[in-house]
Order: sequence, then structure tokens, then C-alpha cells
Amino acid sequence: MAPSTSVTVIGQGLPRIDGPKKVSGLAQYTSDHHFPGLLYAVPVTSTVAKGRITALDPRAALAMPGVVEVFHQGNFAGKLFRKQASKGKVDENRPPLSDNTVSYYGQYVALVIARTFEQATEAARAVKVEYASEPPNVSMRLAAEEKTSVDTERGDVDQAFTSAPVKIDQVYTTPVQTHNPIELHASVAVWNGEQFTLFETSQAVMNHQMVMAQMLGVQPQQVRIITEYLGSGFGGKLWPWTHATLAAAAARELGAPIKLVVDRAMMFQTVGHRTNTQQRIRLGATADGKLNCVSHDYLFHNARLDTYKENCGEATGFLYSTPNLRAAWSFARRDIAPPTSMRGPGAVPGLYALESGMNELAVALKMDPLQLRLANQPERDESLDLPFSSRHLTECLHTGAERFGWARRDPRPGSMRNEAGAVVGWGMAACSWMAKALPAKATVQLAANGRARVMCGTQDIGTGTYTVVAQMVAALTGLPLARIDVVIGDSSLPPGPMSGGSMATGSLVPAVQAATQAAIDEALQAAIEHDPRFAGKAPGALAFDQMQVSIKGEQGKAVLLQDILQAAHMDHVSGEGEGAGSAEAQKHYSQHSYGAHFVEVVWQPEIARLRVDRVVTVIDAGKVINPQTGRNQIEGAIMMGVGMALFEETEYDPRTGAPLNANLADYIVTTHADAPEVDITFLDYPDMTLNPLGARGIGEIGLAGIAAAITDAVRHATGVQVRDLPVRIEDLLDAPVGLAS
Amino acid sequence: MHPFTFNRASSTDQAVKWGAAPNVRFIAGGTTLTDLMKLGVEHPTQVVDINRLPLAEVERTPEGGLKVGALVRNSDLAWHLAVKQGYPVLSEALLAGASGQLRNMATTGGNLLQRTRCMYFRDNLSPCNKREPGTGCAAIGGANRTLAIFGTSEHCIATNPSDMNVALVALGAQVHIQGNHGSRVVPVGEFFLLPGSTPQVETVLQPGELITHVALPPPLEGAKSGYLKLRDRASYEFALASAAVVLQIDGGRVRQARVALGGVGTLPWRSPAAEQALVGAPASAATWRAAAEAAVRGAKAQSENGFKIELAKRCVAQQLATVAARV
Repeated sequence: MAPSTSVTVIGQGLPRIDGPKKVSGLAQYTSDHHFPGLLYAVPVTSTVAKGRITALDPRAALAMPGVVEVFHQGNFAGKLFRKQASKGKVDENRPPLSDNTVSYYGQYVALVIARTFEQATEAARAVKVEYASEPPNVSMRLAAEEKTSVDTERGDVDQAFTSAPVKIDQVYTTPVQTHNPIELHASVAVWNGEQFTLFETSQAVMNHQMVMAQMLGVQPQQVRIITEYLGSGFGGKLWPWTHATLAAAAARELGAPIKLVVDRAMMFQTVGHRTNTQQRIRLGATADGKLNCVSHDYLFHNARLDTYKENCGEATGFLYSTPNLRAAWSFARRDIAPPTSMRGPGAVPGLYALESGMNELAVALKMDPLQLRLANQPERDESLDLPFSSRHLTECLHTGAERFGWARRDPRPGSMRNEAGAVVGWGMAACSWMAKALPAKATVQLAANGRARVMCGTQDIGTGTYTVVAQMVAALTGLPLARIDVVIGDSSLPPGPMSGGSMATGSLVPAVQAATQAAIDEALQAAIEHDPRFAGKAPGALAFDQMQVSIKGEQGKAVLLQDILQAAHMDHVSGEGEGAGSAEAQKHYSQHSYGAHFVEVVWQPEIARLRVDRVVTVIDAGKVINPQTGRNQIEGAIMMGVGMALFEETEYDPRTGAPLNANLADYIVTTHADAPEVDITFLDYPDMTLNPLGARGIGEIGLAGIAAAITDAVRHATGVQVRDLPVRIEDLLDAPVGLAS
Repeated sequence: MHPFTFNRASSTDQAVKWGAAPNVRFIAGGTTLTDLMKLGVEHPTQVVDINRLPLAEVERTPEGGLKVGALVRNSDLAWHLAVKQGYPVLSEALLAGASGQLRNMATTGGNLLQRTRCMYFRDNLSPCNKREPGTGCAAIGGANRTLAIFGTSEHCIATNPSDMNVALVALGAQVHIQGNHGSRVVPVGEFFLLPGSTPQVETVLQPGELITHVALPPPLEGAKSGYLKLRDRASYEFALASAAVVLQIDGGRVRQARVALGGVGTLPWRSPAAEQALVGAPASAATWRAAAEAAVRGAKAQSENGFKIELAKRCVAQQLATVAARV
């Protein structure tokens, strides 16, 4: 059966179905939830980065108006449980307030509960804490302090590099970056004596449920996690942080609902960051530009107590063809809070380094960087020795170059001018991001009120999941989106995927499709059993479209499902579906998305001003279900890429270990005024190895590679090769393309 | 938040009377004060709301200047026809500051008293002589990329963050002040105080005194003016260096010049040396360069902000050229 709208609804650019609620203020975000008797929790944060609490005096705080309780190690240790090996994913395993050790600046050392937020805030300032502190190490210079591990290796890199006719050997660094979603992390915790209902800012309600149950020492069915809307997360809200466990445990201790909103300064301290990286890239090539070795050695920092891997080598093994390759890593511990995933973890800093290396190799070869990439495209994944499921990087490069006008590029730095006569620089880079799917379940109901309802324990983190799930149901039922209710963001629903790794959409396709089909089959069965017009027909002889059942070839005589269900005294029919994830397919295919960025910057040496003026991006991310929300993801990633290249850096005071620029005025991100003109193309080749629609996720790939394209454009404009991000005015003041030219 | 009493003044006399009590703050737009109160840096026991006072008008003075009420919002002042026509440097400086939302709230009087963005002043924890006299200065040898290269002392290197103030200094504005014992007028160039050993004292205002107006002298005949702000990103960021320039050019020579720098001084930094290099000199690129060189003479770099010397120089030279080329 081919419902009438299926041809158009997949691949159609549609506005978000949750948009009207968001712009009208009807959408209830986590911290909007309120309950009778609700109390406010405000953490007290450590003012040292390394040491021990020697005394904590809550008396002054307890005497203040409205204060209900002050929790600290002395009265709270043992309320939460966690072992490194425990179930569920978190990036900070130590339960808060469990001992008197301080291992990073801003660590929660107490929690004040009061009747109003203002009372709790003021009382938190009145809790007296004394520390025995030591000087922290927050140095951004890294050395391999732990053992070195190899991601992937083939051939003999060291020998090949030694004998390479043309080579580059450079170190690239990226600073700590902080996610800074506009919505602050928050928890509203309710305990009714048997059951926790936890309103959380979560990108993964199912994992959140598992972790909270484990840490609170209750059964998973006693914990319900709700994240109806998320004001973005960028990876920072993937796993539960310590404030969530504090709020839940406090609600149980006090028998009252607790609201805890992490403030902006704490957002730089206790809810993760992108770790800094220090990456050495060695590339060797023949004189005509054939890569003969790729070496990628990278370091990053970790917290004292937890170990996270920033997987910078993710794309290194398969992006280009080369007989000799190694990607290897180590890390150094610092007195800094635990890092976590941030949009495109690993690949984003990793491809900044690898693609910068490729651009510098092109300079060394006196070769066009586009040609260098085209000349080294692999036939198959040489790291895994597997065929690519669907790789169109070459077409991305060609299409992007054409749309950008790359052929007109004069490679000499400072040689090009725009229409206004200003110096412009052009740069480019390729990108890649993993294409994976997770196991998922979904339920679809077709109801007597003429509406469909799809239910899944996934969540929309602002990216458009509500809308694309509705599109999946619409494609099979023929229903308009306005008659499809998408119910997600609740761990009591059938377990769905996390919103991370750009995996949600691709994971949801098979589960939602199967559930929709199962519900349609139920509807046809109901028609056969309860409507005389269809009695005795085989299900295959019937058609279902727009909540009507008909005999194939007799669509003019369709019967409303509503009438069939009424006759059968049924409220709805229901179907369940499941997706297995991509684990099996990954044994047979190298599954990844690809893309290419082309960037123009404008350089005004007379005032040392550099701006990104124009970006052309071409993305190969499978079938794009909704080009409107998809384009929005790439546009946002480009904006974030401008920030990564030119602005963003969390600065730590070496004396105190404190993140200094812990607010949105001093932590500089891209503003609208900085936005370049953006041209985005989706190649739209379905990857049928991933799911029946061939759809991959799209949230992260746009940020990969863009910083390397920008720094290459900066070099082309100014003559300055910046390897330590972000590029700053002071890097460019002495540019060869300067005042004299 | 620390508890405080809140009173709304219905007359200027009432405001200054209330203002004379200990630990009082006037609130107008609140863009600095409420921010610092939330951070715990400011903790007044009394806040006096002056928003109902009749100080929100821009009037022409008999001499041909402008009298700007202390409560005139930044947006209103920036777009006021008399300001756009007679004082482009002021309009441009205002529009270079903050964001649209903040400019709609921030006032003329309040902006004169805007506090520094030094991160150590605002963290309410680090040693800071401005916030807690005698505790030291964490910015010296710390994160000082955005801080001052002019007017610093061994006690404080915090930058005056305002854009408007730089234009007012270049224009030679007068600050009208009312206290319990009468009114006085202070040239804006004398309104701000160097940090010296008392960085907590930033202006000549005495406790209880209220800025009521800012008076602008008549525009210099035939003069052109403008403001250039340099920063990392294109909007919503404080200046790394800025220049307010007023030029009166006659017969190819500079007759009168006013140059003030922002983002580089502990106060809005007027440069008599640059002005001296300009007056009488031919309107030429060489003159602009010489004036820019003069403007940064005597600058003192900290550990991270040495680039500001070169940046400020380029800012001044470029803006002199831009303003001179204006029709």
C-alpha cells in the first residue's frame, strides 16, 4: 500500500510541530514545573580546586529566614550510591557530598534548601567552609602522563614519515570549551514515598532513569524521568550530573518537591566541558600529492577521579587512503571538573587537527587543498577493511567547490579582494561523523477520534525530533502532521534512543515505522472482524490511508477507521515496533556521514579585524527527512564553528583553578552579527544499510572540519597559520598581509 | 539576594535626601546594579528608584548645546535627531555598546557610573582592591587581556567599560550633579578618578549626590565626528580598543581635534598628545599616524594585554582617517 502523502512527507521541509508552543510560552521546560510545597535548593560550591574540607559551619545559614536544611558531607554521605562499574552512563561517578575531598573548583560542598530561591541563594553564601588546599594544576600544556593507546594502525608510520619526500609535522591545540545551552541545567524532583518523578534537563531519559535508580538505591520502575522540552544540550545534558542526584535525594530526605537550577557560573564548573586537546599531526606524501603516511598523536585532559576519552582519532583511519597510518592517544589529569561530550566529541577537535594538517601539507606540496583531498580518496575503509555503506565525499568536494567558486582561488596569501576591495581569504576542509543507530522501541496508536499517537522514550533536544517522528508516522498513515500526537520525553514510555551522537533519528526510523505498520495491521484486522463490508477479506487486499480502510481498487468506498472502531467498541488500535540498531550492520559496513566546507574570511589589517563572510557546506548524511530542521542543524553548527575557530575558550586561573570567564558576556560565542552568509546543500543519498528510510542523524557533522577551513582561510588572507585555537586579534597584528600591503 | 529596602523617589530633592543615608544606591535602568547585586558584589541596604523623576528629556540649551536628562535611555539618546546630527560620535558610541535590550534600559546617568568588567572584581572572591580595598589585585599577573594600559596603578588595572563615556570625554560634556547641599557642575574630564591607591573611589560623586543631567557644548562648527570600536566579535562585547574622534578641518588642515580612547584606560582616556599632534597639521595619513603614535605613548602593558597598544594605535589612525573623509 502506498498512502497518498508518503511520497512527499519524507524529505519535505516542514516547520517544527512544537514551534507554536515554544514561541507562545506554552511549552513547559524543566524548571517551569512547580508543585505545592516546593522548596528551592541552591548548592554551595568549592572555592578551591584541590584539597579537603576541614570545617563546614551551616549555623548562620540555618538561622536565616526560610531556610529548611543545609545538607553537607556530615549529614548526607551515604544517601547516594555509585561505583565506577555501576550501570548507566555518567561522567562524574563520585556521589556529591560523599566525602570531604575537593578535586575541582566549583564542586558542590553543601546544598541549602529554603522556601524561596532568593532565601536559598543568600543562605548558600552564608555557609562557612574552610579548606586545607593545595595549589591546583590546571595547565593547558599536556604531556602523556598515562599509558598511550592506539586507536588504529597500519603499515609503518615512522619509517614512511622518515622517507616521505614532502611532509609536515605540526601540533594543533584546542582549548576547553563550555556547552552553554541557553536553558540552564535543572532538576525538579518529586518523591511520593514510593516513586520518584524527576523533571530533568536530559538528552537521554532512559539512561537517566537507570542511573538515578542506581544512585538512589531504588528499582528503575520507581523512577520516572520527564524531559518534555529541552533548551538545547550540545552533549552537556547527555548524562546525569551531581545536581540531579542531590535534588532527588533531598526531595526524599525532606518529603517535599525540590527545584534546583544550576546557575550560569556553575554551568562552567559542574556540568562538563569539552576537554582541551593537543594533537601532533605528521603527514607524508609523494611529490605529486599521494599520502604515504598519516600519524595522529593526541592528548587531552581528564579530571582526577573519572576518565573520559575525547576520541579525536575517530575519522583519522578512513578519511583518506594511505598505506601507513597510526592514531594514538594518552591524557593528563588536572584539577579540573570532569569533561564530557560536546557536539561532535572527538571528531570535531580531531578533524580540526587532521584537516589543518592536510591544508598545511597542500601548502608544502604547492598543491590545491581540494585536489590533495580528491587525490587521496579511499575505495574502502582501510582501517576496518570494510566497504563504505554510502560515501559521497568526492561529490561533496566537487559540489562545494562549484557552488563556492573555488576554481577562482589564487593561492598566494593576501592576493584576493572582494567587491569592496577588502582582502579575502579562502579555505576549505572535509568532515565526517559516525552514522550509528541504537536499539529502540515505539508504540503507535490509531484512535477513534481520528488521531494517531506515537510514543517513545526518546526526547527532542530542540533539533526537531517531535517533527521528524510525526513525519515517519504520516508517511505510512497518510495523516497530516496536525493529527499526529508525538509523546516523548518520558522514561515510562517504550525505551527509545538517547539524543546524542546524531543517532536519534536513524534509531527511531525502524521502530516508529514498524509500530505504525503494526497499528495499521491491527486496524485492518479490526475492519475484517467488525465491519461486514470487509468480512472474509485478506489483510493484503485492504488499503489504509488517512484513517480510512478500503478494499484495494475500491478506494472510493473507504470506511472511516473511527466507524469501524465504534462498531467494535474500541478506543484505538495499537502497534508496537522495534529497531535493532546498527551493531550488526557495522560488522559489514563502514557507516559514516561526510561533508565539505568552503569558507571566505574578510581581513582588514588596518584595524586587525577578521570576520567570516561566507560559508558553503555540502553534507552527505543519508536521506534527510526534514530539510528545514536539518538545515537549521547545519546552520547552527556553522555558527558554532565560527565560535570554535575565533572566539570560544574557557579560561582557568592558574592560581585558583577557577573558570574565570564563567558568564555569557565574557565567554564569547558567535552572535547574529557575526553570522556569515551560508549556503547548505544536502546530497540526500539514502544509506539503506542503516534503516529503511536511509536516514542518518545530522546534529554534529556540520561542526566537524569547519574550524580547519576557517583557519586555512585566515592563513590565506593574512599569511598567518594559527594552530592554537581560537584565532585572536593578537595572533594577526603582525600578519605578513598587513598595513604595508 | 541580600535583603534591602526599596523606595521610589518622587522628586530629586527626595532622592538626594534618601541617598545621603549609608549604603544607598540609586537605581535607574539597573543594568549594572542588579547584575552586581545578583553576583553579591553590590549589597546595598537601601535602593532608591529614581525612574519617576522628571529627568528623561533631551533639551536644547540657549547656547546651542544639549541638556540630556540622567534618565534618558541609551537607545533614545542614540537615535535622537539632535544627537545624530550634532554629535554622531555619541550616537555611534551608544549604539556600539551592549545589546538592543540593554540599551533600551540603560540610562545616561547610569552609564557614567557603569562598573568595570574585570572578572576578578565580579567574581566576588578574588583579591580586588576595588571591591574590597586592601585585598590586592588578582588581575595583575592574572587574566588581564581585556584590562587597561593607561591610568593603571599597582593597586588596580580595571578598565572603564563604557562606550558612551569615551564620546562624552571627546565632546567635553559637563556633568550636572545635585546633592543635599546644592548643585554643581563637573567637566566629564574631571568626573572620573584614577585608581591610584583608592580604586574603590571611581568618581567625584559624594555619598547621596545624584547625576541629574549631562550637558553637551554646542557642536564645533563644521566639525565631523565618529566612534570606532574594536573587539573580538561583531556585537555585544566590551571594547578591546575604541576611539572617539572629533575633527574640525579647514583648508586641508586640522583646526581643532578631540581624541579619546576606550577599552584601554582605567577611565575614558582623552589624549591631549594626540590632539596636539593633530591641531595645525595637514589632514593626511601621516598626520593620523603621528597622532596615533602620540595617543599610545606612555601606555603600560600587563602580562596579556600588550597587543592593545598596537590595536589602539590602529584604531585611532583608522578613525581619524574615516572621520576626516566624512562629507
